[in-house]
Amino acid sequence: MNRTTGILIAGVGGQGIILAGKLTAQAAIIAGMDVKTSEIHGMAQRGGSVTTHVRFGNKVFSPVIDEGTADFLLAFEKLEGLRNLKFLKPGGTVILNDHVIEPLPVLMGRETYPGDVEKRIAARFPLLVVNAVAEAEASGNVRAANVVLLGALARRLPFPLSVWEKALDAVVPARFLEV
Amino acid sequence: MKLLTGNEAIARGAYEAGVRVASAYPGTPSTEIIENIARHYPGIYAEWAPNEKVALEVGIGASLAGGRALVAMKHVGVNVAADPLMTAAYTGVNAGLVIISADDPGMHSSQNEQDNRFYARFAQVPLFEPADSQEAKDFIRIALEVSEAYDIPAMVRTTTRVAHSKSLVREDDPAVVPERSYEKNFPKYVMVPANARNRHRALEERREKLREFAEKTPLNRMEDGDRRVGIVCSGICYYYVKEVFPWASVLKLGMSYPFPAGLVKAFAAKVENLFVVEELEPFLEEQIAAAGIPVHGKDLIPRTGELTPALISHSLMQDRTFAAVAHGYGSAPPVWPEELAPLPLRPPVLCPGCPHRGLFYVLKKLRLNVMGDIGCYTLGSLPPLTAMDTCICMGAGVGMAHGMTKADPETGGKTVAVIGDSTFVHSGITGLIDIVYNKGITTVIIADNRTTAMTGHQEHPGTGMTVRREPTKAVDFAKLARALGVTRVAVVDPCDLAGTRKAIQHAVKSPAPAVIVARRPCVLLTRSAPNPPDTRPEACKGCTLCLGLGCPALSLPGGRIAINPYLCVGCGLCAQVCRRAAIAKEAGGGE
Repeated sequence: MNRTTGILIAGVGGQGIILAGKLTAQAAIIAGMDVKTSEIHGMAQRGGSVTTHVRFGNKVFSPVIDEGTADFLLAFEKLEGLRNLKFLKPGGTVILNDHVIEPLPVLMGRETYPGDVEKRIAARFPLLVVNAVAEAEASGNVRAANVVLLGALARRLPFPLSVWEKALDAVVPARFLEV
Repeated sequence: MKLLTGNEAIARGAYEAGVRVASAYPGTPSTEIIENIARHYPGIYAEWAPNEKVALEVGIGASLAGGRALVAMKHVGVNVAADPLMTAAYTGVNAGLVIISADDPGMHSSQNEQDNRFYARFAQVPLFEPADSQEAKDFIRIALEVSEAYDIPAMVRTTTRVAHSKSLVREDDPAVVPERSYEKNFPKYVMVPANARNRHRALEERREKLREFAEKTPLNRMEDGDRRVGIVCSGICYYYVKEVFPWASVLKLGMSYPFPAGLVKAFAAKVENLFVVEELEPFLEEQIAAAGIPVHGKDLIPRTGELTPALISHSLMQDRTFAAVAHGYGSAPPVWPEELAPLPLRPPVLCPGCPHRGLFYVLKKLRLNVMGDIGCYTLGSLPPLTAMDTCICMGAGVGMAHGMTKADPETGGKTVAVIGDSTFVHSGITGLIDIVYNKGITTVIIADNRTTAMTGHQEHPGTGMTVRREPTKAVDFAKLARALGVTRVAVVDPCDLAGTRKAIQHAVKSPAPAVIVARRPCVLLTRSAPNPPDTRPEACKGCTLCLGLGCPALSLPGGRIAINPYLCVGCGLCAQVCRRAAIAKEAGGGE
């Protein structure tokens, strides 16, 4: 069978999800693999839920990750992590940003933000919680939170550091690279 | 090899195929085609047209002049361009003309999910369906060559998962395109009845020749697999099928119209059981069935929404014969993950500082019937604003508001049309002329945020900038309304609630057409920095009046006002709404 790795990146519009997807895909290309990605634009950009699908392997057919098949879920926001759990295959890993963005129905007091996200995820999947905002702040740029999260994923993918460095060079404008 | 979206690849394909003119109106998922041409290929003339009909007419003119032309639009845009399309199929072309129809199965960002493959069949023009970015690029050149060889416009149909997915693309050098020039040709280009009758017959002949081409083009290929099962597919469905049933025999149709009946028959003869996997309508299935070939398709596969590999697997495995073969290869139907308890939704919302928010807040307070339109402001129909009643198509609200007041004059004083600036240029102007000409009394509110926001901030004829950000003339909506005969014209700042309210009240009371231009630039365009006003939580009584604005920067934790300092840009609406002076007016309100 064709072995393909699937990474679902989920969060809220504006969190840098698209860049994280680009970096992951670029790393896979540099490592000599076939890559496909898929994302949804449009309405999602107005503060809605956003996902990027990244698949790589020797030969990738579908650009879309089926439910129950992703190897990794990289969640930039806790509720979105929970929402997209269904995409993970059994034994798949969740990398969760310890970050809450309350959606409008919650801000308006009409719905309640789930209080036990980590517990609910950890009951079913290996879970790594990252405080990406704090780590990015410590590195001097709060906007690099997406790269911090990606770092947690990078350690679990079969690409050496040099591949990621090349991917950063190729994808991120030089003026942002110092961080 | 480069990782490109389908749209980036189409732009590259236009460059490699020597396209000289490219025109489009923005529409998801087609928008990035012209954006990429404008950004990366300065040798191609690129433009935003006011609508898709004009874009196609520009393309036809360019083709007649001898320049290869590409026009791009979302699926519903082809409805607007259908008039020139149907007759351009009669006249044919000079240089190649390709129309990109970007369909949106699943309606990620659309009001319907019509299957535009039927347009190719309706107009009898050749149809190409790329499955990935490489094909998206390559098919542009092939479509233009076919267009020239068979004297007919060609259609390339993508879907969201082709347009917005990325895959690796091998770039080629630009082709050397044969020189052509304009030659007058009355029988070919003037579709008066006598000529059109001849051209219709000529179209039939061209279609038959195109069918013969479709029978033998390598774009349509059989991939031998297990002969007990054969699957016909096109577009992204090809890769979905390969994902879940890599062992099956497949007939991949890259050129799916005119229907290559001979090739499908040959494939059907090789396999024991024939299936067709296609998103939305049974476009291929009906033609296969009409050719007398037994086939399974929509008896197993949903006719609505987007397909996925798992959904295709689930659907075909319902067929016992198919399932028996599939089990032999270890293929199993998908296991759907257990459903979690419902989570709070995260619907798209108007941004903090969005100028539409003030307008819709006033419309809600005035309890008006609001005939709406398509753009970011369609979000004004969602809670808590719930201030827009309808959304049909581009420009619809203007005509609908007029029709409503004609059917029931009682609605006159309480009905308005709301339409965005780009949408007004696209197809609202003719509706406004209808109101004036036919002695209507409707108030038309142009939500003028100085951009085409929803599709990602494209310029339009009202912004004073071209697609390449060169300064140009800008349509002045107030002047235009007056020129059309509207005597009551007002320009308001929608972030001034009292002023906006007064102007709308005044307009709906008057027994004459009125136009209100609610003008303030999109907050994403001005890149406003955070600018939260001071709050006095001790003055807040938790009345929730401010929450009625639906601003994601506002909340009442513990029943007292809190403003998210990272999101708030200080538009000042909440201070205007608050009756307890819990939010300071002076800190916000500025640009």
